Amino acid sequence: MRFAFTDEQLLFRDAVRDLLSKECPPEVVRDAWVSPDGRSGVVWRALAEMGVVGLTVPEAHGGLGLGELDLVLLLTEAGRAALPEPLVETTAVAAPLLRDVADGTVGSTWLPRIAAGEAIVSVALAGDPFLPGATYAELFVVERADRLVALPASAVEVQPQPSVDGARRLGSLRWDPEAEIVLVEGPEGWHAVNTAFDRGALGTAAVLIGLAEHLLEVTVDYVRQREQFGVPVGSFQAVKHQLADAALALAFATPVVHHAAYAMATGAPTRSRDASMAKCYASEAAERMARTALQCHGAIGYTVEYDLHLWMKRVWALAASWGDAAFHRHRVGLAVLGPPG
Amino acid sequence: MDLTWSPEEEAFRAECRAWLADNVPSEPLPSGDTREGFALHVEWERRLYEAGWAVVSWPRAYGGREASVWEWLIFEEEYYRAGAPQRVTQNGIFLLAPTLFEFGTPAQQDHFLPRMAAAEDLWCQGWSEPNAGSDLANVRSRAVRDEAAGGWRLTGQKTWTTRGAFCTHLFGLFRTDPDSERHRGLTYFLVPLDREGVTVRGFGRLDGDEGFAEVFLEDVFVPDDHVLGGVNRGWEVAMATTSSERGLTLRSPGRFTASADRLIDLYRRRCSDAEARQGLGIDPGLRDDVIRAWMDAEAYRLATLRDVTDIVEGRPPGARSSFAKLWWSELDVRLHATAMRLLGPYAELTGDAPAAVDGGAWVKGWQFALAGPIYAGTNEIQRNIVAERVLGLPRR
Repeated sequence: MRFAFTDEQLLFRDAVRDLLSKECPPEVVRDAWVSPDGRSGVVWRALAEMGVVGLTVPEAHGGLGLGELDLVLLLTEAGRAALPEPLVETTAVAAPLLRDVADGTVGSTWLPRIAAGEAIVSVALAGDPFLPGATYAELFVVERADRLVALPASAVEVQPQPSVDGARRLGSLRWDPEAEIVLVEGPEGWHAVNTAFDRGALGTAAVLIGLAEHLLEVTVDYVRQREQFGVPVGSFQAVKHQLADAALALAFATPVVHHAAYAMATGAPTRSRDASMAKCYASEAAERMARTALQCHGAIGYTVEYDLHLWMKRVWALAASWGDAAFHRHRVGLAVLGPPG
Repeated sequence: MDLTWSPEEEAFRAECRAWLADNVPSEPLPSGDTREGFALHVEWERRLYEAGWAVVSWPRAYGGREASVWEWLIFEEEYYRAGAPQRVTQNGIFLLAPTLFEFGTPAQQDHFLPRMAAAEDLWCQGWSEPNAGSDLANVRSRAVRDEAAGGWRLTGQKTWTTRGAFCTHLFGLFRTDPDSERHRGLTYFLVPLDREGVTVRGFGRLDGDEGFAEVFLEDVFVPDDHVLGGVNRGWEVAMATTSSERGLTLRSPGRFTASADRLIDLYRRRCSDAEARQGLGIDPGLRDDVIRAWMDAEAYRLATLRDVTDIVEGRPPGARSSFAKLWWSELDVRLHATAMRLLGPYAELTGDAPAAVDGGAWVKGWQFALAGPIYAGTNEIQRNIVAERVLGLPRR
């Protein structure tokens, strides 16, 4: 029994944290809201060179061939930096899915490009109508009715669906069914699609943990410095207790997310339930943290000139994507209690 | 990360399970917070001790089996899963003993620990006073030096002393330096309650059981070897015990995962009650609360696996143990509140009612759960600790 990461996993996390603190400061996130391409400049390529983007791509295709347990801490780092790229969709979901279900040509075309940082893949499963990074993704993987299909950007028409988070670059798609590359059809092989959904929920949960960690840190810094009535506002119990409660929710969401990564990586029979538990707790903890962060900042937090909203709005977006807390609690309920009624 | 148990740990679990299956009383004992029930619980404690299950993690010399902290967690899981009796010795073995192991002299350890393990000495905690609750450093009970007799004379009043009316010994804080203030000048004493000058008055807790006591001390003599950890070092010694109480040793996850499983069982039984709410059935929203309770207990189990790994690998949780106390105490209240709502008109029935569900255990548990956010440092104090010592917010 050992519930802890390896030294290598922690060192990789530290390296990604260093990279993102240098290359993805808040100005980069801010730029991604307004720049024509919506990207983070050199960050994606730097992450690819470090092996992060291709972490789940098999070594034969230029990746590291690693799994959920190696990725989970890195996704949390992406959340801490509010990295404006669909790392979850590309690395946590699309790469393993293409590895598992794509035939030789599709896999050998796209997996090396993902690992090299040349191609973003966006994904929408379980009937989600919107895809992040839709304005710049080069490949889309979409679940529709009885099939899972891949669509190159050239085959789709993207309708931008501006999100409250300007860096999401959300869009909906229209396409000619002729252009579909069918990855999965019929009930056979559908477990791969379910696993992909679990990976998306888990990956998004890990990002939410990072967003919440950052929000907690900046809020603690702020209430230590901001003075009213001649003392730091963080010395008031009304402020302390709000932050303690938000920190409590985060402290218990984190091991749940790490456990789900372990369950996914080891193929545990409970992995779908565990991934749902992770997304449920992470969504609730991050939403609570965002709400608490805003209240503890007061009016300064309620501006777009201050950075807080960049993280807060990402929380709102991600808490509801890949299934919100209520959806995933229902899914846990099906596993634990069986069907209702 | 490796979340599997070793073959040795699995064998340990099997051994626990088998012994508990053979020995746990088939009918629940009466409450250990009543005089009659306490006596029956002490008998049970002695059976545990005889079989080597009373203090699994202790050295063999003191009645333990030198189990690892992982095996201790397994034992606790099996113990609560089996529905075994409440541990009326817990304030000794879980709160005092870790302090004795850390601060006691070899002679104190050799004398007190085996007697505690065997439930010969029964310990209660003497910290709170009428004016020292959350503000524990406001302790007024004093100890005056008796040089001739080689000891101390204790005078004062302790209160909210759990099972104090039935116990034989008290551990607590007394002011040894009369000129001291706050947390300075306090000393941790071990006090036999059969000494002259001790008066104990039991009184009813919220559920009516005589689980509380006031302890009055009037010039009670205790010898020097009943000082634990040095004169005027009491605060430091006591704080070592509070982190045990807040965290793991008092409330292992097995307790809550077992309660959550029983809640699910209750939910299933209530779902099949066709007469509930005039035929409407139980409130559909309760399903969500049952799932939450199960998840909260499971989250506590997972966080504990992480915390125990940290402890084993030399990364002690320190003030983070306040997170654990907040989590388990509040999940226990929510879990029992859900049970009460599931029970509807049966919720108010005590164990004396012929129609009581599960022997009235849920309303009993509900009342006990309500104490969780109050004892072992109120949850407001825990939030202050989290804010100041984990997050680094300024003190007042």
